[in-house]
Amino acid sequence: MKITEEDVTYVAGLARLSLTPEELQTMTGQMDAILDYVDKLNELNTDDIVPTAHAVPMANAFRADQVRPSIGVTSALANAPQEVDNCFQVPRVIE
Amino acid sequence: MKTRYETVIGLEVHVQLTTASKIFCGCSTAFGQSPNSQTCPVCLGLPGALPVLNQEVVNAAIKTGLATNCRIAPYSIFARKNYFYPDLPKGYQISQFELPICEQGWLDISGEELADKRVGITRIHMEEDAGKLLHDSAGGSLVDLNRACTPLLEVVSEPDMRSAAEAIAYLKQLHQIVVYLGVCDGNMEEGSFRCDANVSVRPFGQTEFGIRAEVKNLNSFRFIKQAIDYEVERQIELIEEGGKVVQETRLFDPDAGVTRSMRGKEQAHDYRYFPDPDLLPLEVSDAWIAEIRAALPELPTQKRQRYEEELGLPAYDASVLSAERPLAEYFEALVARHNNPKLCSNWVMGEVLGAIKENDVTISACPVTPELLAGILQRIEDNTISGKIAKTVFSDIWQTGKSADEIIAEKGLKQVTDTGALDAIIDEVIAANPTEVAEYRGGKDKLMGFFVGQVMKASKGKANPGLVNKLLKERLSA
Repeated sequence: MKITEEDVTYVAGLARLSLTPEELQTMTGQMDAILDYVDKLNELNTDDIVPTAHAVPMANAFRADQVRPSIGVTSALANAPQEVDNCFQVPRVIE
Repeated sequence: MKTRYETVIGLEVHVQLTTASKIFCGCSTAFGQSPNSQTCPVCLGLPGALPVLNQEVVNAAIKTGLATNCRIAPYSIFARKNYFYPDLPKGYQISQFELPICEQGWLDISGEELADKRVGITRIHMEEDAGKLLHDSAGGSLVDLNRACTPLLEVVSEPDMRSAAEAIAYLKQLHQIVVYLGVCDGNMEEGSFRCDANVSVRPFGQTEFGIRAEVKNLNSFRFIKQAIDYEVERQIELIEEGGKVVQETRLFDPDAGVTRSMRGKEQAHDYRYFPDPDLLPLEVSDAWIAEIRAALPELPTQKRQRYEEELGLPAYDASVLSAERPLAEYFEALVARHNNPKLCSNWVMGEVLGAIKENDVTISACPVTPELLAGILQRIEDNTISGKIAKTVFSDIWQTGKSADEIIAEKGLKQVTDTGALDAIIDEVIAANPTEVAEYRGGKDKLMGFFVGQVMKASKGKANPGLVNKLLKERLSA
């Protein structure tokens, strides 16, 4: 086993997920299987391959520095569960 | 006791760029607009929206890198920095982690009571800003995403500074450079140039660094100095009392002048950086770098040096005149029209700076333009007017926008150099002050000042002081 239940609990915490004991067990098994599968890559010789940051062999897609219309505050807040004074309202964040 | 410890400071500066639009979308970056009015699917982090890099941000990064002696990376990539906070709609910040655009630069700092020193710059990378949180509502916190996706450069220094004074000298120089380059407006109150300081102390002679605290919320040079001084003292006291500094983030409270632990909010940071699949790698060719290098303005340090070496100005003048680009440009325009750098410098640092401060205008809006001021200086040097009258002419030009020659002609300010006219005035002065004349002739030499003053007054300041002196001496010794 490469992945332990502690690893999964830790990652779930970072992702703000809470898992039942059953889910924890299932996820641990699944993640372990995924890493096993990825390990197959180690069978390849990658000595002369530069680290790949992107799957497409392209670079440099730019836009010019031009302002384009925004969508407006009504649209921006259309999906906000709560809004106050044109702002999204969220549970109070401790400073 | 405290001198047993050496302070070690490294700085992270966030430079907000002056582009018109955001780093990955076309929304405006204008400051102070109504909340969430400058947002779109990209900066709101709506599903499916794709970021596209603003080329001007790359130009700004290359400019800043070159001006701080960095190596510009031919290949760099963007990464996602993952964390949850309400001001970060996507759940990650697009930044650069491995392969930033600039690395291995330096700045040479100097200053009064500071030894010259080179401060290393580890890296400069591009990233997006987060939104703004407002905490004053009763029910919760409010999120304004206008600032989300605003372009930033993060400039990370080496831990090379050993005092608050060195840190301030480094920051001021970096500030001066980004403002000179025009990549940042430098407004610290609005957060366009903000700084986090990593501060630690160690006994002198110890090679490894002490445990550092990161101090945030430093938005003025004064606060940065206060925060560093406070932090150094706090850490030394802690160690002296047998305690240990803990690695943590601390917030500076400008009202109380202290730093406070943010431990409540602190959790294990695990940002899980990985290359952002939405953005292509960035390749910067030598030709691109060369083009930007060729268009770089002369920087403050180079100007200062040139003013001293080529124009023969004192170090103080050179540093005042080169501190801000518009002032330097005013001065240079003046010298181009009147080739007496020291006289130009005296007038710019004296009358011009004084008047713009008094009238609360910027140098660019100074009604006495370099052309108009050059007109005054010419009339001083050809003895048409005295330095004192010239100041009157200056304020008249400020009011009216007329040329020096027009004002001199209109007001009849031309210096009296006609000896006949001066003789008549001198006669009157001598006749009116027999006692002083007797005392002077009796050996009280310093009364000469009194006579010159009387003649100048009688001529309403228009007499040529050198000539008055000469004529008075001849007459009184007779």
